[in-house]
Amino acid sequence: MKVTIDGFPIEVEAGTTILNAARMIGGDIVPPAMCYYSKLAGSGGKCRTCLVKVSKGSEKDPRPMPKLVASCRTTVMDGMEVQNITSPEVIEARKGVVEMLLINHPLDCPVCDQAGECHLQDLGFEHGAAKTRYEFDRRTFDKIDIGDKIQLHMTRCILCYRCVFTADQITDHRIHGILNRGDHSEISTYIQKAVDNDFSGNVIDVCPVGALTDKTFRFKNRVWFTKPVEAHRECHTEGCCGKVTLWYKGEDVIRVTARKDEYGEAEEFICNTCRFDKKKTADWVIEGPRKISNKSVISANHYETLKPLPVVKSNPLLIEANKEQFERETRL
Amino acid sequence: MESLSNKKKQLTVKPLTLMEKAYLPAIVQGLSITMKHFFKKPVTIQYPEQKREFSENFRGMHSLKRDEEGRERCTACGLCALSCPAEAITMTAAERQKGEENLYREEKYAAVYEINMLRCIFCGLCEEACPKEAIYLDGDIVPSDYLRKDFIYGKDKLVEAPLNQ
Repeated sequence: MKVTIDGFPIEVEAGTTILNAARMIGGDIVPPAMCYYSKLAGSGGKCRTCLVKVSKGSEKDPRPMPKLVASCRTTVMDGMEVQNITSPEVIEARKGVVEMLLINHPLDCPVCDQAGECHLQDLGFEHGAAKTRYEFDRRTFDKIDIGDKIQLHMTRCILCYRCVFTADQITDHRIHGILNRGDHSEISTYIQKAVDNDFSGNVIDVCPVGALTDKTFRFKNRVWFTKPVEAHRECHTEGCCGKVTLWYKGEDVIRVTARKDEYGEAEEFICNTCRFDKKKTADWVIEGPRKISNKSVISANHYETLKPLPVVKSNPLLIEANKEQFERETRL
Repeated sequence: MESLSNKKKQLTVKPLTLMEKAYLPAIVQGLSITMKHFFKKPVTIQYPEQKREFSENFRGMHSLKRDEEGRERCTACGLCALSCPAEAITMTAAERQKGEENLYREEKYAAVYEINMLRCIFCGLCEEACPKEAIYLDGDIVPSDYLRKDFIYGKDKLVEAPLNQ
């Protein structure tokens, strides 16, 4: 099936969603996703940040879709034409979604451990207006300890359901879920019962905001002062790949997370032993430093080369023209 | 060769006139300039005793502010240290315990906050980066000292005095 996203054509299999088709193309045209997680079946459709405009339904029925659609839930049709960043309507709608997500968000980024790798922060920075129009009190919750390693800040939660899907699919039984309805919904465990499972730590990685955080890393350091290093170890827990990112501060490993791809999704899930108990360099085989996008705050003040970047961008067209001119003059 | 700018001047050494040969008039003239300066207002000041008025946007020593209830504003978010081009700032965060609500404004606070005054270039970027309006470079000139270690200012020197004092 042929689908065109922002003018880029691509051939995909039937049943692929627009979001996944865009990810196959890559680059700036990939819609952001707060709730969709490619490793979790059934995720998506909650946050509405991935809204796109379908300007041509399909080859058979070329009428545009009447409303913006969630690209993580809409499958492609043959000859479909999709607009993401080329449509001002989509940008405007996404800005509205960001404002909506931030209505009850406490904006305590200076305190939050997720700051620097938070998807909501990135989204707010890219789309959100600097001011809020909301005049009422934000909903507040006390922070809850889910077990002794995970802390839940319900105030920061955007109800993406990723952690619920993780607990359902990665662990054998889940004991947390969404309580109440509508504006009162909250993630919780029944009577604060501890999540006690070998893979429960993965809910920290899948959380797009700072609602579920690692208690062993709590307030230890800011993400951008730590050095990420790729490492692996032989893990005997069934289902754990043992491939992780270690976050160093000086000599110490202060945090262990799963490796995340360019969309912030864990490549493979890891067990709690790897995540919480193995915090010595001796436990790991180091593979090398982790590549960090130069747009990320984590790469601030780190330089790949000692040579400073050129101030003037080299223009190949200009160089070619100059060479031609020089040759012509010397010939004369 | 002819000079390009036409500004070149040919100098010739002339013989001294009688007035110049007499030598004393020139001495008197020179001394009179010196004497005149005795009665003029001095342009310098006696620094440690006297101090000049600072400009309104003068950037001196840092101070960590308290809020209107006397609680420390700093929440150890690390943005000052991130923005610091001289990497002069370091900090360690800690969690506020129950009963310390009157000391710290947020649930996280800086347990250790150090500025190396020898590294600091007083650019004021930390002040601009601070989301909590906690740090200002509104102090005096950083005083001199003998040892390098004494220039690493901790919270004892940086935090503002409590309100009731």
